[in-house]
Amino acid sequence: MSGPKPKPNEYDDIPGTIVFDAQRARKGYHLNQFLYSLMKAENRKEFLSDERKYLDKFPMLEEQKVAVMARDWNTLLDLGGVSYALAKLAFTDEHSYQYMAAEMCGMTQQGYADMMIAGGRSLDDGWRFKHEREGKK
Amino acid sequence: MAKIVAGFGTSHTPAIGAALDLGKKDEPYWAPLFKGYEPAKQWMDEVKPDVVIMVYNDHVNAFDFKIIPTFAIGCADEFGIADEGWGARPVPVVKGYPEFASHLVQSLVLDEFDITIVNDMEVDHGLTVPMSLAFGQPDAWPARVIPLSVNVIQYPAPTGNRCYNLGKAIKKAVESWDEDLKVVIFGTGGMSHQIQHERAGLINKPWDTAFLDDLTANPQRLVEMKPLEYLREAGNEAIELVMWLTMRGALGDDAQEVYRFYHVPASSTGVGHIIIETKDFYEERHGKKAA
Repeated sequence: MSGPKPKPNEYDDIPGTIVFDAQRARKGYHLNQFLYSLMKAENRKEFLSDERKYLDKFPMLEEQKVAVMARDWNTLLDLGGVSYALAKLAFTDEHSYQYMAAEMCGMTQQGYADMMIAGGRSLDDGWRFKHEREGKK
Repeated sequence: MAKIVAGFGTSHTPAIGAALDLGKKDEPYWAPLFKGYEPAKQWMDEVKPDVVIMVYNDHVNAFDFKIIPTFAIGCADEFGIADEGWGARPVPVVKGYPEFASHLVQSLVLDEFDITIVNDMEVDHGLTVPMSLAFGQPDAWPARVIPLSVNVIQYPAPTGNRCYNLGKAIKKAVESWDEDLKVVIFGTGGMSHQIQHERAGLINKPWDTAFLDDLTANPQRLVEMKPLEYLREAGNEAIELVMWLTMRGALGDDAQEVYRFYHVPASSTGVGHIIIETKDFYEERHGKKAA
């Protein structure tokens, strides 16, 4: 028996998007509480001095800890992290939100900034539906 | 009696606050944006509200994940500025109005909106960036502020219809307070933007423009819009725009748009701004009939 499974959601077919819903919030609870702790300067310092030791204070999944240490942003989203909390990790590294966003879509920060100045990412490049995006890849 | 005279809709992108705080406002990247808010600051300076009701969202700063209130009203004397991970913004402390805020909560709960009461919290860029855009960089904010925080972080945010009806109930609550107060209600966040995963950087200018148009031309279309449309068409974080519908609901029928500005980008965001005056205030201020 694999336990109850929620039905698929109508927002699951939006490409390149992970909606922070109740199931993900549940999975990501301790990860997000770790990220929240980085609001305090002394915690940021302690984390940076020994990441593993600091992470072990939180009852997170091992794969969440590994992804934190790797700054593997999209995996962290998959594992229940929410972008506003993840931003605190980027800020701890003295990076901007835009730096993190660029890494999430596999672009250089300059390339991402240039895309934004040119008007941003267009929906017309297949970004409405997953099946549409598959066709564009 | 207290009266809501206008709504002030604006994005609250944190990078806008950082640009101001770091003295970058005249740099080529930022100058057009801040120029677009000059008329807003003039309008604010002329109108001089006593109280601001700030409909905004916290970004995992006042609230962690232990408790996630859908609607919360700050009833404290003052609200400190949160350190969001890079140090607190160097802006004045935000002064509340506990008696008026408590009255609003009481009226809203009796009107069947189950508001969470917050007696101690810090506020983040969601509240302070709109304050900076509206009032500039003063030593003290010229109006008292009632923070109304809406959960838009964990899906689902309250629906547009719920937010709009909350606005209507706020209008009623304000008008039942027996003190001559001029109130401006802010709706903040948006416009189109996504700041996560591979679709980060999404902007949909036609969608944003239609949203701004319909705040006065056809609010009912916006009220009925489903969460999925915000997410799919305007980005995961565009759902913040439901907070503009609380502002709109508080303005009554025949409200008049008096200023609008739109700009891409601020960091990852399409920036929208609108000022909408209530019918009564518009007719009094401009000496002519509302259209």
